[in-house]
Amino acid sequence: MKYTPHTETEIKEMLADIGVSSVSELFKDIPESLRTRFFDIPKPFSEYEIIEHFQKIGKKNKTDLLLFTGGGYYDHYIPSAVDALSSRAEFYTAYTPYQPEAAQGTLQSLYEYQTAVCAITGMDAANASLYDGGTGVAEAVLMSFRLTNRNKVIIDGSLNPIYKKILHTYLDNLDFTIIEIPHQNYGTNREKIASLIDDDTASIVVQNPNFFGTIDDFQDIADMIHEKGGLLIQTVYPLSLGMLKTPGETGADITVGDGQSLGNPLSFGGPYFGFIAVKIKHIRQLPGRIVGETEDKNGKRAFVLTLQAREQHIKRHKATSNICSNQNLIALRGLFYLSLIGKKGFQVVASQNYQKAHFTLTELLKIKGVSLKNKNPFFNEFVLELPKNASETVEKMLSKGIAAGIPLSLYTPEDKNALLVSVTEKRTKEEIMKLAETMGEVLWN
Amino acid sequence: MELIYEKSRNGRTGVDFPLLDTPLQETLSEKYLRKEKASLPEVSELDVVRHYTVLSKLNFSVDTHYYPLGSCTMKYNPKATEKVAGLESFNIHPMIPQLPSGENFTQGALEVLYKSEKLLEEITGMDSMCSQPMAGAHGELVGIMLVAAYHKAKGNKKKTVIVPDSSHGTNPASAAMAGYEIITIPSLPNGEMDFDLFKEALNNEVAAVMMTCPNTLGIFETRIKEIADLAHSFDTLMYYDGANLNAIMGKVRPGDLGFDVVHINVHKTFGTPHGGGGPGAGPVGVKKKLIPYLPVPLIGKHTDGTFFLDYNHPESIGKTAPFYGQFGVLIKAYAYILLLGKEGLIDATEKAVLNANYLMKKLKAHYDLPYDRTCMHECVFSAKNQLQHKVHALDIAKYLIDQGIHPPTVYFPLIVKEAIMIEPTETESKETLDWFIDIMIGAAEKAKTNPEVLLNAPFTAPISRPNETKAAREINVNYFFKK
Repeated sequence: MKYTPHTETEIKEMLADIGVSSVSELFKDIPESLRTRFFDIPKPFSEYEIIEHFQKIGKKNKTDLLLFTGGGYYDHYIPSAVDALSSRAEFYTAYTPYQPEAAQGTLQSLYEYQTAVCAITGMDAANASLYDGGTGVAEAVLMSFRLTNRNKVIIDGSLNPIYKKILHTYLDNLDFTIIEIPHQNYGTNREKIASLIDDDTASIVVQNPNFFGTIDDFQDIADMIHEKGGLLIQTVYPLSLGMLKTPGETGADITVGDGQSLGNPLSFGGPYFGFIAVKIKHIRQLPGRIVGETEDKNGKRAFVLTLQAREQHIKRHKATSNICSNQNLIALRGLFYLSLIGKKGFQVVASQNYQKAHFTLTELLKIKGVSLKNKNPFFNEFVLELPKNASETVEKMLSKGIAAGIPLSLYTPEDKNALLVSVTEKRTKEEIMKLAETMGEVLWN
Repeated sequence: MELIYEKSRNGRTGVDFPLLDTPLQETLSEKYLRKEKASLPEVSELDVVRHYTVLSKLNFSVDTHYYPLGSCTMKYNPKATEKVAGLESFNIHPMIPQLPSGENFTQGALEVLYKSEKLLEEITGMDSMCSQPMAGAHGELVGIMLVAAYHKAKGNKKKTVIVPDSSHGTNPASAAMAGYEIITIPSLPNGEMDFDLFKEALNNEVAAVMMTCPNTLGIFETRIKEIADLAHSFDTLMYYDGANLNAIMGKVRPGDLGFDVVHINVHKTFGTPHGGGGPGAGPVGVKKKLIPYLPVPLIGKHTDGTFFLDYNHPESIGKTAPFYGQFGVLIKAYAYILLLGKEGLIDATEKAVLNANYLMKKLKAHYDLPYDRTCMHECVFSAKNQLQHKVHALDIAKYLIDQGIHPPTVYFPLIVKEAIMIEPTETESKETLDWFIDIMIGAAEKAKTNPEVLLNAPFTAPISRPNETKAAREINVNYFFKK
């Protein structure tokens, strides 16, 4: 399949106009000795064949698993209109809105997106998205180093292990220190954190609900770090903010998170989007693009990319980040989702996640030898102590079509029997009962 | 236009959820609950659909407008690839293959990643590919981290990265994020990096040379092999910015030019849509000596033909993305490569270069062409002749909007005064090019005879020129924020 429209006659005319006799003459600057001789790429597929081909590959996946797997990425319902709107070619085949007169659709939508991020997180200003939650945490930490001129970050051990790993990769070549405080009973070890904050500490990174689903209120930690002149970075599961206290209400200076849960499919790991929002005084250190409202020369409301002097295409190596493309279309899906479910739906969906997870726990605790590990309240995810090896249990459950959760031994081998179970609004009572029943059988039969 | 928040009416609801089917459980203590509901809009589904549909129509896009945006490769995005990416059978929780026996449930998705990496290795001439990086600039950052890991392992004391002055801003920004200082090498009057100055700047402290080839002027660096050989004599690695890969597919491979690390912008070369500024994807490819440092997990293949997540790389730089890259984007790029096949990829490159040279030839009597030589997939003009009439490149750009054409990239590369950077792409027909040429010639004429039409453009767009100074001074980035 080709998508080039040139006819033989046109090619001849164009070559004549250029003043060359063949297309190959146009490549004369490439040294002959370096040219590609073999190019081992298959023959073209027709459109019909390509779709058949991928349907066939797709059948090698088993996608009818009943999902109780979370770990920061969740199986939430996506309203039909999210797909319909993000399939508008005027959104998805456009590029970065560098020409505002030809991109008001994208620009106004991004302004509304930034507003939605601030509305749910209780922060003052957001950027137009980052790649994902993990790189978002890394960007937030780098931002805290710039804002404080300090070089140490303390991370709570109950932060998503994926975020921790990405942060380590990002900081590995730079002159900064990461101190990780192991979690205490799947929650934050406050005493240990307090003892380690000093005048070199740029920021503390905490997560709410944390990786183990535990809900917290970090105002006390915010107070501690502020007293020492540092910043609190809080990462959040955005959907939980339909219920939970916002980072803005609990003293966060920078909020980041992954937007997958807002209207985006799991899609084998991406594309997702990262959001970042700050107190207004920090806006000039934000990485990436920011959209602002202004007026055109006739006084009409208009939207533009603003504060661009922070960015790589102007500042080059002195930019706040190297980020160029972000996750525009995926962030807009987040906006469409939040607009479609609206003020009320946002509360309803959070509450249903909370309720269903707690019902699931009640059912699972009926199984002999199963207990709850979280000491504090949890949102839609919790850690169970199983009477047997969690990894083996998960494998057996998978063979019965149920993805029962994530064995924590994937991250900490000593947590042999601990299982992280996640429940979203999509799981019905019947499915939850099936989980409990099958787990009981797998553990004891 | 009104914001969605301004269309909100108390009590109106949109999409609903099924009633809770599980018995009510304990409620959460007040101290953990937010005080006020989030200020999201209260609107109906139709309100939302109409609002964003109307907004979408304020955009220029490839499907609706010609988009010769230099350095961005705004080619047509085939619809079949959208269909493939939408297959529900690939909508898998990314933790599944990490669970015990979980790889058995995701063989199709792993196959897509594995096989697309193999094709990208062949196209770029590299020994191994990793799909994790989530955009071009992210690929650059990961690539430079690989460079750093290589030097660290060898005990090399490297401090700097060389870039030509025509480079993308992301190159020095990425190198700085990996802790390197930047040395910028000026370009020669022929548009290529100054070889003599490069030779002078090169020493044992240089970690890498980051280049785009053809460069951002659309010019192939004819001494690239010499540059690479000289760099390698200092154990300096060659980094290939894949932004302009569309110009050389099947003609020459970065690996054969002496590059050690490449990143690919699949949203440029491999036809995945730009999404208004993402999601892209930026797979990174390396020569053998850098394989130990690639991010994990990589995708491996067992002798029995099954695929697995390969974590067995003790010297890996670690994790750079939450999972395996932007799968939903990568699958489109894979489908695109298979659709075009060997002959289609070569044809795409040839037509991209043909179109660019045709445009350049037709416009050079009307605009200053600072580097007058055969170009590759794009060409860079200067509006300096128009400046005599006080018309800037920006004014020409705004005039094009009135004519229904998305403007070329202006004011980049930075080394060309009043730059107008045109990348026609291969999917545009001769009549579209001729139409664009006529309009560009008309703009040059109007600069002399009636500059007002340019200086005050656009007249027909949803807005006239916005006040960017006001936007930066009176910051308003959140509708509900009260100063």
